[in-house]
Amino acid sequence: MLTDHILTLITFVPTAGAVVVAFLPRKGRAIQVFTLLVTLATFILSLHLPAHFNSAQRGFQFEENNPWIASPAIRYHLGVDGLSLWLVLLATFLGPIGALVSWSAIKDRTKEFYFLFLLQQTAMIGVFVALDLFLYYGFWELSLVPMAILIALFGPNRGRQAAIKFFLYTFIPSALFLVAILYLYAKAGTFDFAQLQSALAAGSLGIAPQALSWLSLAFLVAFAVKVPIFPLHGWLSDVIQEAPTAMAMVVAGKLGLYSIFRFNLGLFPEQSRAIAPLMIVLAVIGILYGALIALAQIDMKRLIAFSILSNLSFCILGIFCFALAGLNGAVFQTLNEGLTGSALLVLVSLLYERYHSYDMTLYGGLAARLPWLATLFVITSLALIGLPLLNGFIGEFLVLSGSFASHPRWVAAAAIGVILSASYMLWMVQRIFYGRESSLILNRPAPDLNFREHVTLWPMAILMLAMGVLSPYWIRGIQSGVLQFPAVAERQAHGSTYVLMHATPAPPDPAHVTGGGTQ
Amino acid sequence: MNDALRILPEIVFTLGGIVVMIADALLPKAANRRPLGWLAVFGALAALAASFWQAQLPAGTAYYGVVQTDAFSVFFHVLIAGIVLASLLITLDAVTSATESLGELFALMQFGAVGMMLMSSAVELLLVFVALEISSISTYIMAGYRRKSVKSPESALKYFLLGSFATSFFLYGIALVFGATGTTRIDAIAAAVSQAVAGAHINPLLYIGLAMIIVGLGFKVSAAPFHVWTPDVYEGAPSPVVALMSTGPKAAAFAVLLRVAYGALPQLHDHWVPILWWLAVISMTLGNLGALRQRNVKRMLAYSSIAHAGYILVAFTALSPDGIAAASFYAVSYAAMNVGIFAIVSHTGGYDDHLTLIDDYRGLAYASPLLAAVMAFFLISLIGIPFTGGFFGKFYVFSAALNSGMVWLTIIGLINSGIAAFYYLRVVAALYSEPTGASPIMAVERPSFPLLLAIFLTAVATLILGIAPGNVLHAAQAAAQTYSSVK
Repeated sequence: MLTDHILTLITFVPTAGAVVVAFLPRKGRAIQVFTLLVTLATFILSLHLPAHFNSAQRGFQFEENNPWIASPAIRYHLGVDGLSLWLVLLATFLGPIGALVSWSAIKDRTKEFYFLFLLQQTAMIGVFVALDLFLYYGFWELSLVPMAILIALFGPNRGRQAAIKFFLYTFIPSALFLVAILYLYAKAGTFDFAQLQSALAAGSLGIAPQALSWLSLAFLVAFAVKVPIFPLHGWLSDVIQEAPTAMAMVVAGKLGLYSIFRFNLGLFPEQSRAIAPLMIVLAVIGILYGALIALAQIDMKRLIAFSILSNLSFCILGIFCFALAGLNGAVFQTLNEGLTGSALLVLVSLLYERYHSYDMTLYGGLAARLPWLATLFVITSLALIGLPLLNGFIGEFLVLSGSFASHPRWVAAAAIGVILSASYMLWMVQRIFYGRESSLILNRPAPDLNFREHVTLWPMAILMLAMGVLSPYWIRGIQSGVLQFPAVAERQAHGSTYVLMHATPAPPDPAHVTGGGTQ
Repeated sequence: MNDALRILPEIVFTLGGIVVMIADALLPKAANRRPLGWLAVFGALAALAASFWQAQLPAGTAYYGVVQTDAFSVFFHVLIAGIVLASLLITLDAVTSATESLGELFALMQFGAVGMMLMSSAVELLLVFVALEISSISTYIMAGYRRKSVKSPESALKYFLLGSFATSFFLYGIALVFGATGTTRIDAIAAAVSQAVAGAHINPLLYIGLAMIIVGLGFKVSAAPFHVWTPDVYEGAPSPVVALMSTGPKAAAFAVLLRVAYGALPQLHDHWVPILWWLAVISMTLGNLGALRQRNVKRMLAYSSIAHAGYILVAFTALSPDGIAAASFYAVSYAAMNVGIFAIVSHTGGYDDHLTLIDDYRGLAYASPLLAAVMAFFLISLIGIPFTGGFFGKFYVFSAALNSGMVWLTIIGLINSGIAAFYYLRVVAALYSEPTGASPIMAVERPSFPLLLAIFLTAVATLILGIAPGNVLHAAQAAAQTYSSVK
């Protein structure tokens, strides 16, 4: 049956597409159209997952587990749980969006671009579904290469420097990460996530506590760079500035955050707890630092880059407070950031296509000329700020309320970040869309959104609203994944402070399930 | 007759070389000599088939126990035949004038292969020495093959002087080992040493002999600190020859080192493991740091080959069957990607390799998208990105080392591979950057059929070694099983 291999299909349809792209003619639109179809097909295939996902069931679903290489014992093991389910969907959802937003932005070397773009899709989806550490590491590393090459090829100004910076920032910690993986393999004789998890939990591997700390640190640093977490964010603003929009959308956030969840919390719960105070401090610094720097930017892309840093730090805060609501919120916020951040980057790139500048001081009074663009920009900004009814509110609220009980002071400081985010976003909106029409706007009449751009943006906007209004639908799946973590389960067992939120699943409501689909 | 079957691939290559030389002599002076290359290609194909055929022979020795065919020798025979085949194809593409003295070159490649193959099957150190000389002397001549160029003879002379110096170290080492044990047969040495260890009386000459053998072989595999010849020789020698000599003789020398270390002197591992540990660390570090500073791709690849020799040496320190298998596997994956990249360097370099600066590669993607894409793929494999042979090789090597508790060596090695990414990436970035006025696109001739074939074979091998390494891995593990000394 095809559905027995649904995860393989979702992961490798983009690769197959990339191979075809390599043989398509460069002239005409064939490559673009084909890529769009491939990403759409991947997205439609991935809809199978939420449709058949059982959130009452613990553990992994849609599993595929076959031997790949006999010795060393490497298995082709895929599966999703509540944690990765929506991240896979986010990745496949952003696929067609990425293809559409590149439609006219990428004019030359289209074959190289779309080939690598599709390869990147495979790598990202693979990271979320791989359950064998070797396989996982393969996708993790693979996700660096197309990204780095695309930044180098299409970076407008300092693409090569940004690409090399990005690659070295991420590659060297990954080398240490590989040491840690190999060390685990040497002790356990397996790369399988579930087996490693139970062996580590039982303490049957005979690894000294100190060695365990180093192992968890090697994992954490590799992921922290990719998120990025303050102070490892040095590459972020350069990459966001230089990367093509379709790549900038996916470069930060979800891969690293997912991996922290899956591996640091899953394999090293005690070590994660031990390092939590440090991570909370770094998260709060990241929230405030990112927001303050964002306030000082006049370049829209740099502003977005620092707002991404600030928002992602919320997720870190949610994770390392180890409260159920906070963890749910962290996953939800990861999705939000992927969605809202991408939408913002798309919007800004549309402005750039029209006016060839990211400098917001050159803009002004655009709302009257481009009403649709302005509308969508405002919706996205409000979602990012955390306006109730939109998705950002749920994520931030869950994170802050979940972690308040244990770390009131730090959370109070983090809440300032919410206010700051409202300031810089609204200030940007005001500068671009309101006020007097600037000479740039006057001299360069530009059309409002065309059909393709509407098609690109509205699904994201609708999803922001849907995720804000129908959050239980998402949270239910997420929570089924979060509850598996030893750290959380332990808390539950001790009956200590864990805050149940209004957003945790009410009794199943069929109307929500059908009404709040992912479309 | 049975004895002859045990050296069948060597016989095939010898005959192939002789046929090419005779045909060369019979052809009129002005005649096109490219067909001789195809003749040599068929010789290599036959040798490859013969090597595969040898796999069905029961393991055993021939000629009074000086040659041994086993899974280990077959593994390296196949590898060497494959390397020579690909190098011949690259040479066919690179020769510009059809009337150059090509006959000698094609013959020498085959004769050199005889030496390399014998190195991997000889179990008598004197025969190893003779084989080493056959392989080395052919390589010295091939390096100087472009007589009219300035760099090529210079490279050959350097290689010859330093190489013969190193070979004499090797020979002296053999002599000392003979003095200490009374034999030059691998198995007899092992027996004598274990007797000596049991009697707690080891002749100190043995240690000196071991050290000298390591020095001699260290030179051949271009491990630091015996590496100084490598960049100059690789830069000056014609690229198709570099494709061969950076992989074939190296693989053979590693085979000898495995035989000596694990076959003859496993009992002395307390002594040679620390030496190889340090050689590995120095090779990886000096190789990668040296490569960072290069502007010439051939020199960069020379330093990278020093670093890769270091990675292979890491596997030696594992003292486990996995370690031997990892070293053998790495030799294969390094051969695939390195021969592949030199195929492209040879083609784009033009006559006498005058276009080999990194800047010369700017915008190759515009001139030849195919060559640029494949070159990028090989570079990515050299970095060690997953789903390529380079990654799996590195993974397996370091996994074996870590299994044996070599934590620091693994950390140093993998950090090194992170540094290495930088200089490979620089070339990838150059390939795809837009050509500027100062550095126009290099004019690339259409790749000829033999070159395309060579690139195709090496690229497919690199990919298969990355995603479905099962068969090669199995063969390497079977090869490792021939050493009963490690468990």
